[in-house]
Amino acid sequence: MGAGEVAMSTFIDALKFIPQHHDLILHKTAEHLEYSAAAITVALVVAIPLGVWLGHIHRGSFLAINISNVGRALPSLAIIAIGVAVLGLGFVNVMIALVVLAAPPMLTNAYVAVDGVDPSAVDAAKGMGMRPLEVLLRVELPLALPLIFAGIRTAAVYVVATATLPAVAGGGGLGEIIVNQASYRIAGVVAGAICVAALALLAELAFAGLQHAVTPRGLRGSQTLGPGAAVLPPGELSATQGAIPR
Amino acid sequence: MIAALAAAGPVIPDFGTGGAATSCVRANHAFCVGWFRDNWSGVFVPALGQHIKLTVIALVVGFVISAALALLAHRLRWTERSITIVTGILYTIPSLALFQLLVPITGLTLLTAEIALVSYTLLILFRNMLEGLRGVPAEVRDAAHGMGLTQRQVLWQVELPMALPAIFAGLRIATVTIISLATVAAFVVDEGLGKPIFDAIQSDVFKTEIFAAGGLAVAMALLADAALVVVQRLMTPWVRARSR
Repeated sequence: MGAGEVAMSTFIDALKFIPQHHDLILHKTAEHLEYSAAAITVALVVAIPLGVWLGHIHRGSFLAINISNVGRALPSLAIIAIGVAVLGLGFVNVMIALVVLAAPPMLTNAYVAVDGVDPSAVDAAKGMGMRPLEVLLRVELPLALPLIFAGIRTAAVYVVATATLPAVAGGGGLGEIIVNQASYRIAGVVAGAICVAALALLAELAFAGLQHAVTPRGLRGSQTLGPGAAVLPPGELSATQGAIPR
Repeated sequence: MIAALAAAGPVIPDFGTGGAATSCVRANHAFCVGWFRDNWSGVFVPALGQHIKLTVIALVVGFVISAALALLAHRLRWTERSITIVTGILYTIPSLALFQLLVPITGLTLLTAEIALVSYTLLILFRNMLEGLRGVPAEVRDAAHGMGLTQRQVLWQVELPMALPAIFAGLRIATVTIISLATVAAFVVDEGLGKPIFDAIQSDVFKTEIFAAGGLAVAMALLADAALVVVQRLMTPWVRARSR
């Protein structure tokens, strides 16, 4: 049998592994999604209000923009390992490590989105007699929503992808199948990898749909919402606008 | 694993030091400077060198492929969408999964690690290059054609220089991303700064080694980023002159 056929049969075995062990796969997927959902929720609650508020008062651009640059430099593997080393293995500890990775892109995008709202729209709202809170809720937020969601999408897909890594330190989730060749053999490992890849792509599609849904009709079309449009770290967005190199 | 350790009490891990562990190492304190110094040349210098190698190969190959794709999409607009979708899918697949998907095909080799790392550079570099090329104002292009420049000359003497800031922005993001992701490559090749991290996890989560390797990876990413900023300034002096 040639190398190509060996690879082929491994993939066929892997595809057979999924229905054969659907209980295991479902259980690990549920665990994986629990980690991810918890981390995304906490990051949302912490990062979005802070980013929106900083953008609203147009302060703290240095912090808000650079935090995602530094965040990108943090190796996810090291953060997970440090989380486990310092805090110990456990649902909350792994989640905290994931929050550290998810919050920066959310914060930066929320800041850039609200800070970048057309000042004439804000002036017009003030001129109509809106109070600051009304300006924020009825003008700035709706206009900033697509970009805020782009950040949430980036972070969410990143978290779903990175939730694979706690397994290398003994955590759960789909990663556990991937790193445990002794128990699941190569077919199981490849099957796990296929499931994680599918899950990440599904998360990307789901959040792309969500982003499209929250975009006010008037703004649709002016934004690139195709696949991959917002997969990029938000720095790319500001980079091409000249905001990053500093 | 940790619970077992605590229950065992006096059983002292020597963290691969062959019995010569200091009290700091035995107690697994957050950072043992002595251990780090002793293992700097034996563990961290080789790992750093391998990490740089992994990163540079991925960036060079990724840059060449992305440049070809960007030029293609620049000339033939309709190819942009499919290139974006394919590179977007590659970008979305989690690194650990992509490494393991490639192992049946290319084995536990450097090639496996590099294919995965290169695939993560493509979306970032492609989009920034294309955006840079597209950002050239039409009247500048028209003026160049009017001066009698050929298509090729316009590309090399007008479009590419004007696209440099966007290209560099992409390169910076790709570099930082790859330095971070290359730690996971140790799962398949036993090379780079991920190797000490994996070793540390396997020897009862040895904190010093994790902090040292993680810290070095962050330092390397920030240094590379700063270096690229300097190179960009040298290559695009007009950007600064204009903003003054």
